[in-house]
Amino acid sequence: MKGLPPVLITAIVLVAGFALCAMQFPNIASTRVVGNLLTDNAFLGIVATGMTFVIISGGIDLSVGSVIGFTTVFVALAIERWGMPPLVAFVAILALSAAFGAAMGAVIHVFDLPPFIVTLAGMFLARGASFLLSTESVPITAPVYSTVSDFALRLPGGGRLTAVAIIMLAIVIGGALLLQLTRFGANVYALGGSRATASLMGVAVGRMTVKIYMLSSLLAGIAGIVFSFYTSAGYSLSAVGVELDTIAAVVIGGTLLTGGQGSVIGTFLGVLIQGMIQTYINFDGTLSSWWTKIATGVLLFAFIALQQGLVALARRPVAKRAGAVS
Amino acid sequence: MENSPDSAASLLEVRGISKSFGAVRALQEVDFTLRAGEIHALLGENGAGKSTLIKVITGVFQRDAGIVRIGGEEVAPRSAKAALQAGIATVYQEVNLLPNLSVAQNLFLDRQPMRFGVVREGEMRRRAKALLADFGLDIDVSAPLGNYSVAIQHVTAIARAVDLSARVLILDEPTASLDRHEVEILFGIMRQLAKRGIGIVFVSHFLDQVYEISDRITVLRNGRLVGERETASLSRLELIRMMLGRELAETTSARASAGAQTAREVCASFEGYGKAGYVAPFNLELRHGEVVGLAGLLGSGRTETARLVFGAERPDRGQARVEGAPVRLQSPRDGVRHGFGYCPEERKTDGIVAELTVRENIVLALQAKRGLHRPLSRREQDEIASRYVKMLDIRPPDPDRPVGLLSGGNQQKVLLARWLATSPRLLVLDEPTRGIDVGAHAEIIRLIRELCDDGLALLVISSELDEIVTYSDRVVVLRDRAHVEELAGEAIDVGSILAAIAADGASVAHEGRA
Ligand SMILES: Nc1ncnc2c1ncn2[C@@H]1O[C@H](COP(=O)(O)OP(=O)(O)OP(=O)(O)O)[C@@H](O)[C@H]1O
Ligand SMILES: [Mg+2]
Repeated sequence: MKGLPPVLITAIVLVAGFALCAMQFPNIASTRVVGNLLTDNAFLGIVATGMTFVIISGGIDLSVGSVIGFTTVFVALAIERWGMPPLVAFVAILALSAAFGAAMGAVIHVFDLPPFIVTLAGMFLARGASFLLSTESVPITAPVYSTVSDFALRLPGGGRLTAVAIIMLAIVIGGALLLQLTRFGANVYALGGSRATASLMGVAVGRMTVKIYMLSSLLAGIAGIVFSFYTSAGYSLSAVGVELDTIAAVVIGGTLLTGGQGSVIGTFLGVLIQGMIQTYINFDGTLSSWWTKIATGVLLFAFIALQQGLVALARRPVAKRAGAVS
Repeated sequence: MENSPDSAASLLEVRGISKSFGAVRALQEVDFTLRAGEIHALLGENGAGKSTLIKVITGVFQRDAGIVRIGGEEVAPRSAKAALQAGIATVYQEVNLLPNLSVAQNLFLDRQPMRFGVVREGEMRRRAKALLADFGLDIDVSAPLGNYSVAIQHVTAIARAVDLSARVLILDEPTASLDRHEVEILFGIMRQLAKRGIGIVFVSHFLDQVYEISDRITVLRNGRLVGERETASLSRLELIRMMLGRELAETTSARASAGAQTAREVCASFEGYGKAGYVAPFNLELRHGEVVGLAGLLGSGRTETARLVFGAERPDRGQARVEGAPVRLQSPRDGVRHGFGYCPEERKTDGIVAELTVRENIVLALQAKRGLHRPLSRREQDEIASRYVKMLDIRPPDPDRPVGLLSGGNQQKVLLARWLATSPRLLVLDEPTRGIDVGAHAEIIRLIRELCDDGLALLVISSELDEIVTYSDRVVVLRDRAHVEELAGEAIDVGSILAAIAADGASVAHEGRA
C-alpha cells in the first residue's frame, strides 16, 4: 500500500543493473563482492534508515554527515586520549547525538522553522565542534577495534559478512518494522500527509517531531561509530557530503521528497544501487570514481520524474471518484 | 455543586468566551450550554463564528477570555489531542483526514489496536470495515483514503469521531457533502448516541435537518450570542430573524414564465458525448438565457457530466459544438477559451488558493483568460473585487484579506465571484449553495436568475431539489452514470424528479432547505 510501485521499480533497476554488471565482469556476482559492498556501505545504510523517517514525515536532516564526523573524532579522542573504555565512549556519544537531534526537532516545532534551515545550522555546528576537538586524524588502536574488524560470518563462496554489515542489516530490518508495524510509524506517515491535519486528529505533533529527529541523529551517531570501525580513526573531515548521498539513496528508494510516502526497504535498495555503481567503477579501473556521482545524479533525475508522473496519475479524478457511493 | 440539578444535566458549559483575530472580533462573550443526551444545533450566518467557537472549545485556537467546563470541571485544552482526552470528539468543517494513509489507518490513527507494541493490521481492518458498515459503506479499507470521493472521506471522518465514544461529539456541517440516504444513516446514529447520554453539537445551514434532528438551538450573529431556544417552540420565521437580524426577502416564487417559450439560441451542444467507464454517452443542449439543472444521487454522474462539458475530462466519443461550430474540449484551457466557467464542488482542493487575498482569488481566472501579457491594473482589480464583494455580500468586506482566513461559506462566494468575473457564456456550477447560509442562499438563487436574463447559459448541479425546481428551465436526471430523463417546463417538480431518480417510482423521502 505505502508506495509499493516505486519500490518495485527500484528493485528492478537494482536487479537489471546487477545483471548488466555481472555480464561484463562475471566476478561481480560473487558473495565476496556483495559482502564487501555491504561492508563498505554499512554506515550509509544506517543513516539512510533514519533519513527515511525524516523525509517521510515531511522534513529533511542535513546534519547527519557532520554528526558522523563529530562521532568519529569524539570516539577516537575519548578512547585514545581521555582513556574512556570504548563501550562508555559509545554510550556517551549516542546520548549526545540523540540529544542533539532532539534539540533540533524541538527548535523546528517550537519556533515553526523550516527543517532545512535548522538542520543546516546543525550541520555547521556539529562540523565546527569536531574541528574544535581535533583538526588532525586520530588513529584508534584499542583492541576492540581489531576484534570487531576481524569478526565476520563466512558466506558460501568465500564472502565475509562483517560485524558492521550485520549491524546495518539489523538496523534496516528494525527500521522497516518500526515504520510499518507500529503506531509511531503510522504517525510518521500522518505527519508527512499534513502536520495541521495530524494535529487535529490528535497526533502529538511536537513530540513526534522531536522523536523523529532524535532517531535520525541517533542513527547518525551509530553510523559514526561504524565509520570509525571501518577506518580505525577519527577525523573531523570524514563523511563530508554524506547527507546528500543519503538523501539520494532515500529518493532513489522511492520515498517522496515531499513526504507522506516511502519505505525503509526502498532506501536500502537505493543504498545498494549506489554501492553497485561504485563497485562497477572499481572493477572497470579506467573510470574516475566521480562517475559514481554522475550516475547517481542521472538516476535521481529519473526517479524524481517518475514519481511526479505517478503522483499526477494518482491525482486524476477518474480514480478519485471510482469509489463514490451511488 | 454536583448535586445541583442544573450542573448535573449540563455536560459542556461555555461562559463568556471571546476571541479576536487581529482586528476581527470573531467571538464576543459567547455563552453556550450543552446538556447530556441532547442534540444541540449551533446556527448562524456565514462568518457568525460557529467554527471559531468550536475550535476555541477544542483548543485549536486559544481563547482570549472565558471558561469552558465539562461535567462541571473547568478545562483548558491546549491542543486537539487534549480535547480528545477531555472527552470531546470533533469533525471540523474542513474535513480533515490524511489522503496518503489507508482508510483504516485514518479511522484508527493514534488508537490502533495493538499487541506487543505492534499494530494489529488485520484486526484494525476488520474493525474499520465493521465501523463503516454501520454507515452503509462497503469499501476496501486498506486503499489510500485519497482514492475515494469527498463524500466517502466525510463519512470516514464522522465514523472516526463517532467511534471515539467521547462524552461530547461536535459535528461542523457534517451533512454538506452527504446525500439524503447517508444523512438519514447519520441521524440514526446521532439519535442512538444521544440516547446513551452523549451530548451532540450540530452545525448546519440546512434548516429542515435542524428541525428534524435537534432538541435545542443556539444562534450566533456577528460573533455574539443571540439566544438559545427549544427547537419545538421556535418557528422558522423567528429562527431566520434571529440568524439574519432581519426578515428574509421572499425569493422563492415560481420562475417568471415570460420568456420561457421564446425559442432561445443554442449556446453549446453535445451529441453522443461520453467516456467509457465515466459517463454513458448523452445528448445535451445548453441555450442562452436558460438554466439546466442536473439532478441525481451522489455518484450518479452529475459531476462527471459537468467535467466533460467544461473540458476537465477528455471524452472518448461524441461531438461538442459551441454556437454551432464543432469544437474539441480536451482540457480546462479549451473550456476557458470557449468562454466556459466551472465552479467545482471541492473548493478546498480544486478551488481557492488559501494564501492569496480575496482580490487575487477573484481576478485569477480573468487574468488567466487575458493572458500574462495583458495584466489587469491594480485599479481594475480593485474595482472588480469590490463589485463582487458587494454583490455577493462577502464578509468581512475586505478584499486584501487572505481567503484562507474567511469562513467556509464566504470562501464559496469568492469562488463563485472568480468565474462571474470572466463574464463567461456558459457557467457550470457544482453545488453552488453548499455551505452557504439562508440569507446568501436566496441571494445566489436570485443572482443565477439575473445572470440568465442577461443571456448566460447555466448548468447547475444541486442535491437540493426545491432549489433546482425554483430556477431550472429544464432538468436532466441522472442515475448510475447515465442521463435517464429530461424534464422541461411544467413537468418540473420535486415529485417527478424523485420518481426519475428512484426509477421504479418508489417514493424517497426528500429534504430541502428552508
Ligand atoms: N484563522 C483566522 N484568522 C483570522 N480570521 C479568522 C480566522 N478564522 C476565522 N476568522 C474570522 O472569524 C469570523 C468567524 O468565522 P467562522 O469560521 O467561525 O464562521 P462560521 O460561523 O463557521 O461560518 P460558515 O458558516 O461560513 O462556516 C470570520 O469573520 C472569519 O473571517
Ligand atoms: Mg464554519
